[in-house]
Amino acid sequence: MTAFQAGADFGDGRREETHGPRPEAILDHADPAAKRIIAGYGFWIFLLSDIIMFSAFFATYAVLSGETAGGPSGKDLFNLHNVAIETACLLLSSFTCGVAAIGARAHNGLMYYGGMAATCVLGLGFLAIEIHEFTGMIAQGAGPTRSAFLSAFFTLVGCHGVHVTLGTLWLLTMIAQVFAKGYRADILRRVLCFALFWHTLDIIWVAIFTVVYLLGAGA
Amino acid sequence: MLGKLTWGAIPFDQPIPLFAGGFVILVVLCVLAFITIKGWIPYLWREWVTSVDHKRIGVMYVTLAGVMLLRGFIDAGMMRSQQALAFQSQGYLPPEHYNQIFSAHGTIMIFFMAMPFMIGLMNFAVPLQLGVRDVAFPTLNSVSFWLTATGALLVNLSLVIGEFARTGWLPFPPLSELTYSPGVGVDYYLWAIQISGVGTLMTGVNFVTTILKIHAPGMTYMRMPIFTWTALATNLLIVAAFPVLTATLAMLTLDRYLGFHFFTNEGGGNMMMFMNLIWIWGHPEVYILVLPAFGIYSEVVSTFSRKPIFGYRSMVMATMAICILAFMVWLHHFFTMGAGPNVNAVFGIVSMIIAVPTGVKVFNWLFTMYGGRIVYATPMLWAIGFMVTFVIGGLTGVLLAVPPADFMLHNSVFLIAHFHNVIIGGVAFGAFAGYTFWFPKAFGFRLHEGWGKAAFWCWFFGFYLAFVPLYVTGLMGMTRRLQHYDVPEWHPWLLVAAFGAAVILAGILCQITQLVVSIRHREELRDLTGDPWMGRSLEWSTSSPPPAFNFAVLPQVEDRDDYWRRARLAERGAAPRAEPIYKPIEVPRNSPTGFICAFFATFGGFGMIWQIWWLVVVCLVGAFATFVVFAWRDRTEYEIPADEVARIDRANRRARGEALTTAEALS
Repeated sequence: MTAFQAGADFGDGRREETHGPRPEAILDHADPAAKRIIAGYGFWIFLLSDIIMFSAFFATYAVLSGETAGGPSGKDLFNLHNVAIETACLLLSSFTCGVAAIGARAHNGLMYYGGMAATCVLGLGFLAIEIHEFTGMIAQGAGPTRSAFLSAFFTLVGCHGVHVTLGTLWLLTMIAQVFAKGYRADILRRVLCFALFWHTLDIIWVAIFTVVYLLGAGA
Repeated sequence: MLGKLTWGAIPFDQPIPLFAGGFVILVVLCVLAFITIKGWIPYLWREWVTSVDHKRIGVMYVTLAGVMLLRGFIDAGMMRSQQALAFQSQGYLPPEHYNQIFSAHGTIMIFFMAMPFMIGLMNFAVPLQLGVRDVAFPTLNSVSFWLTATGALLVNLSLVIGEFARTGWLPFPPLSELTYSPGVGVDYYLWAIQISGVGTLMTGVNFVTTILKIHAPGMTYMRMPIFTWTALATNLLIVAAFPVLTATLAMLTLDRYLGFHFFTNEGGGNMMMFMNLIWIWGHPEVYILVLPAFGIYSEVVSTFSRKPIFGYRSMVMATMAICILAFMVWLHHFFTMGAGPNVNAVFGIVSMIIAVPTGVKVFNWLFTMYGGRIVYATPMLWAIGFMVTFVIGGLTGVLLAVPPADFMLHNSVFLIAHFHNVIIGGVAFGAFAGYTFWFPKAFGFRLHEGWGKAAFWCWFFGFYLAFVPLYVTGLMGMTRRLQHYDVPEWHPWLLVAAFGAAVILAGILCQITQLVVSIRHREELRDLTGDPWMGRSLEWSTSSPPPAFNFAVLPQVEDRDDYWRRARLAERGAAPRAEPIYKPIEVPRNSPTGFICAFFATFGGFGMIWQIWWLVVVCLVGAFATFVVFAWRDRTEYEIPADEVARIDRANRRARGEALTTAEALS
């Protein structure tokens, strides 16, 4: 087996047009802009996978939504009034989350902390209404063990609720991080990812609102 | 206090698992004692356990896969010997134990042998092929590995504490529901796969981001080596398929733990929904395993034919076509569900169509070899053995894609022979080819050729001896997973199959010997230049083993097979590239985050399996605290000084220059 020296150069300065990612934008590991792009991109890929997981729960719900096993259906259980307040909380929290993200980028403490605090309060408000709805249903004998429909309902909506809970935990961590470390580049990247996460929960809620509550209450 | 865990969980009354478990514990304790006495623990902790270097993580993945191959093969050997003995008798394995063995065999071989092997090779080679310093998220990469190791540990723990699932490698309800599987076996399965599945998903996110966003200058998409392309396709499949597995197993978990009704007989549950969901993950999983293997064969065939890969663009197109079609064939795993002739016809036709891009690939490999100067090194033998074997497996697959034929062959050992034909002939051969091919890059010395060739021939003939008989008995009507049988016509064939398993065992022993012999004779097998095979892609342009920063200066890529072109020019006397100005390089700092996460995941998973709720809570809090501590650190990178970079690169340049002079003197 022969071996040889690598690295001979053509020396004619030939450079082809390159397709694909602009190398200089992403190569330099020390470049904060490049890191921000990579972190955001990677987190988007993760969010897509999360949406796929939800789509499995949505498909399951669609298959089982009629399987009430003689128990109550969505029409008997859903209170659209509460759901409207929940939706308002979550949509409004997306706005305040956006305010916080702008505040972080502008290093504006009032906007950042104010926005994050408002997002937290709205998120907790959403969770309180959801927990109230769940406990009410379980109290009247319509818990997840009652029928396949209710299993699918509690899992789909509950999975979103678990995401909101984890998001709130993350939110509090981010407040603490900025408070302790300031608006450092790596922390701003995490704020960016948190904001993406929170907005995604909104998108999923819109789908739940339509597929579960509106279609369910109307059926 | 300890949930369902009592002394009754230890199988004192069953000698086989008890002795097997005792033996494994003894071996592990001996290994631990050995490394403690040798004083290697600080080194292992610093350089391996906490390493976030993609090359080290890759090596650890492949090591895990190798150990799990032994475990999975022992199960296989027990199954073959049981069926050889159990003609008109009970054999030596009671049914409940036999059922655990075939379930563990499938679970381990797919999730903890084939997956880590492929992910390990991707970890090792992809950043080097792209000409970059690391993956997009190095610490996340370490977390992924340790979560996979957690899953493997939980499965093996079930050998001594409690039991493993008796449901087969996919826990089909209603058998896997609490009513019919009240023990902890299915719970072991669920938590092991769920935890390692999260690790795999993170790998997918990491590698899609790396391949799409981080390149050496000039490394455009259409200049990426085929292995990197197949790694991209595989990781896209992981990102799209593994969340479905997570959701499906979560539903079964809710059924078992909290009395939900997703897949139960009662309450309106629908068990066929489990089949649909699990195979929406399961069929892409087949391609997650085999696509990287296709990439390895592409690299190996073109390297050892001394030719560029034939039909590069068609290879890329075929890979991405498979990536999409993989999601459109899941129903062929259960044509017998009764979805009706139209649905079955659609899925049957798509299943046949997916053979077309695969056929394109086979022809590309053949045309790459045509007119080439073929070197029959061990990796090339695996590649040629693959081409023959895989085409046969593909043809029986097309046969099974015909719904009327499938109705006859469903659940028979013909199916078993088919998927072992493609998984051993495709995935395992590819893994071994990649292992032999990249071993010198990882450790700086080659593996012994003679023992490698012996291993290949044993595996090759062993495979045919073990599985052609199953095609025959499958056509005779033998169903899978039989603990004993009374049909005299099957018996001679099953004896041949058991003999085949023994020949494969000889192959595995050759591989172990090869490793030991190679380490002992490493100075004779040493590769100083970093390019032992006349390689084509960028990983061969750096030293072996590559330094932590991979490349002293990032390579400027101007063409496909750029390194090959430069190397040939150098051989023809082109002046070497002037020494660059060395700069200090920042590399990510090591972190124990992955290991600590896995520690909590192991105990948390164990707590869930045995319903020790306080342990679960403690572990969840611990895992969250680990993340916060990780997020709180201030220094994430350390700097390798320019002098050190210069020293490493100059040594490699000198070795290559000397090798070139020697080659000229000889010619």
